[in-house]
Amino acid sequence: MQAQDLPLAGILVLDFSQFLAGPSAALRLADLGARVIKIERSGVGDLCRQLTISNLTVGGESAVFQTINRNKESYSTNLKDPVDLEKVKSLIKEADIMIQNFRPGVMQKLGLDYPEVKKLNPNIVYGSVSGYGDEGPWKHKPGQDLLAQSMSGLVNLNGNADQPPMPFGLAVSDMITGAHLVQGLLAAMVKRGIRGEGSFVEVSLLESTLDFQFEVLSTYLNDGNQLPQRSSINNAHAYLGAPYGIYQSKDGFIALAMGSVVTLGQLIDCEALISYDNPDDWFDQRDTIKSILVSHLKSQTSQYWLDKLEPADYWCAEVFDWDKLSAHDGFKELAFTQTTERGSDHQFHTTRCPINIDGQRLYSAKPSPLLGEHNDAIETEFFK
Amino acid sequence: MKTAQSDGLLNGLTVLDFSQFLSGPSAALRLADLGARVIKVERPEGGDICRSLYIAKQKIEGDSTIFHAINRNKEGVSLDLKDPVDHQLALELIASADVMIQNFRPGVIERLGLDYESLKHINPQLIYASVSGYGNNQSSLRSKPGQDLLAQCMSGLTWLNGNASDAPTPFGLAIADLSASYQLVQGILALLVRRGKTKRGGLVEVSLLEALVDLQFEVFSNYLNGGDARPSRCSELNAHAYMSAPYGIYQSQNGYFAIASFAINKLGEILGLDELARMDDSRLWYSERSYIYARLAKHFVSENSDYWLGLLSSHQVWCSNVLDWPELFAHEGFKVLDFVQEIEQGNVKMLTTRCPIRINGQILKSNKGSPKIGEDNHKILSKLAK
Repeated sequence: MQAQDLPLAGILVLDFSQFLAGPSAALRLADLGARVIKIERSGVGDLCRQLTISNLTVGGESAVFQTINRNKESYSTNLKDPVDLEKVKSLIKEADIMIQNFRPGVMQKLGLDYPEVKKLNPNIVYGSVSGYGDEGPWKHKPGQDLLAQSMSGLVNLNGNADQPPMPFGLAVSDMITGAHLVQGLLAAMVKRGIRGEGSFVEVSLLESTLDFQFEVLSTYLNDGNQLPQRSSINNAHAYLGAPYGIYQSKDGFIALAMGSVVTLGQLIDCEALISYDNPDDWFDQRDTIKSILVSHLKSQTSQYWLDKLEPADYWCAEVFDWDKLSAHDGFKELAFTQTTERGSDHQFHTTRCPINIDGQRLYSAKPSPLLGEHNDAIETEFFK
Repeated sequence: MKTAQSDGLLNGLTVLDFSQFLSGPSAALRLADLGARVIKVERPEGGDICRSLYIAKQKIEGDSTIFHAINRNKEGVSLDLKDPVDHQLALELIASADVMIQNFRPGVIERLGLDYESLKHINPQLIYASVSGYGNNQSSLRSKPGQDLLAQCMSGLTWLNGNASDAPTPFGLAIADLSASYQLVQGILALLVRRGKTKRGGLVEVSLLEALVDLQFEVFSNYLNGGDARPSRCSELNAHAYMSAPYGIYQSQNGYFAIASFAINKLGEILGLDELARMDDSRLWYSERSYIYARLAKHFVSENSDYWLGLLSSHQVWCSNVLDWPELFAHEGFKVLDFVQEIEQGNVKMLTTRCPIRINGQILKSNKGSPKIGEDNHKILSKLAK
């Protein structure tokens, strides 16, 4: 797709945020066509530059930083220095969107909170990410993914009944919050296009992680506040009955989604299941039913079961790891990976934007920036 | 106290939602909460199948609780898209809509003549949004059901969750549907921004599989660059297969608490654990994490959670209690969020949560419940007939 056809072509985003929630939102805006400038602290930059996962660096830099911050420029500055601050304010006057995820109060001290920024640029769309909102006893608590998961009740939905609270094994709070921030920012841009006004958009890890649970929270709120009960066997969703879950076969694992237990019994020749003809029992007696399935499904290979279930359109799938996924035609056809380049000796492999526009996939070979890499170019463009 | 009223960022925009279950309808709900008018288009017989998808067997007024939660703040129209008269009505609705959402199985919408190619001439400014399971109509996975758990299993996600000795463990919520929904909203809104400048409509397509690989983009990129060949979950206390110790949830004498990232040598000093205090090479915090987790787990059961949280917080270790919903709801930190709202359908009231996005310092609430099948047929369709 031509750059000028990208949905957010011509939009300038200043991203003051660090780590994952804010920067992943800025990445999405960049892939959708916006120009994103990371505003980073001189000498240090986004603290994510120092954060590695599984100790992996590529070209001497954190792999995870490069994943989150590709397709951006970097402008390094000292916001406590009055001269630097004035330059940043000049940039803000030109920007369409700005994003920040400092702890509550920090932007206020710098004179860069929304009321002040609005005076500089009344049309700006200003996005803030916090941990737990900007009031109440948690406002100074660290806005961190695992803590937000733990406080939101999410960890009580994952794993089996006999296991301790189990975190979702990814930074889901950050990711979800970043996605909600993009939604708010773009909705505000839509309004600005129609009515020419800026807006202030706020999201928090806690609220977004609660929203992520809105189906089951709504159940809890209307069932007399019964606590979620994870299934004892192969739990996949605390509120769903048998057979919903992952089962071991003779040579791997298969997943069974929601479906009739009776039909399932017929398809896989499991006499013991066929007597469960009351659908209420599929929830009330799910652990008994699932234990019958566990012993039955062990006896044959995954493919054997899929061959019985798929022709009947019974909802099932083989459980892939990344090797199997990567080798599958269905994944190859998506052409989901891409490579960013910083010279021929520093290539970085990552994924593309998951949103397809006008039948086109969105790719960008632009790597993550070095700290302050674009200072000269930006100063020339905006201040001279 | 902030007032609860919609700022209506999307006021004046109309969304036609032909989708079912969760991915499409939850995207439409977000647009509704942000101010758009959403008309849910359902088949006359039975409507959205989600109406009868009961979780924990729960229903309200005959429809599942989750249906109400997902489809509040919408109007309802029933149309038999295979009937020529109704089909014509659908086309007339589409001609004046801003956004249309669909998540039928690949091929269905084409057979109905309601695919983007067929519609863009009728309404060149239309933003057309599609959700599939695994990509476009040519995908070799096109016949697979686009269902959450199945997409999780195909995406590799289940190997990141749980402990090393566990079977692949699903994330315990409909994370594929919801991730795809978030991306669909992003794509729709980005195209509306473009339309504001160019008067041009557009097509946005997302899939459950792409959404889930994107959700894994940090760790999948590690895999692509030859980090750990495959994710290896910790043998115990796994919270993230790629994070170093002490990241995880620990059992205390009276409950559970969480610790985020922290230097192990410093943590060892705080806790008086010499063998950890000596670990000043940060690479060991990942490579030796099984040993570290076991050591910490053994140590933390000796005192209650408040003791540890007090000690750790005083040293700026990022930590928190693990709350269940009653504890969370009773906490002042939750109450100030004003996160629960009441919705009404006729005389029936139920509770649900609100939109998580705040606009101009205001929370967004709406007490409008979900529609009955075809509830607004007269109001909406009679206008078309004239």
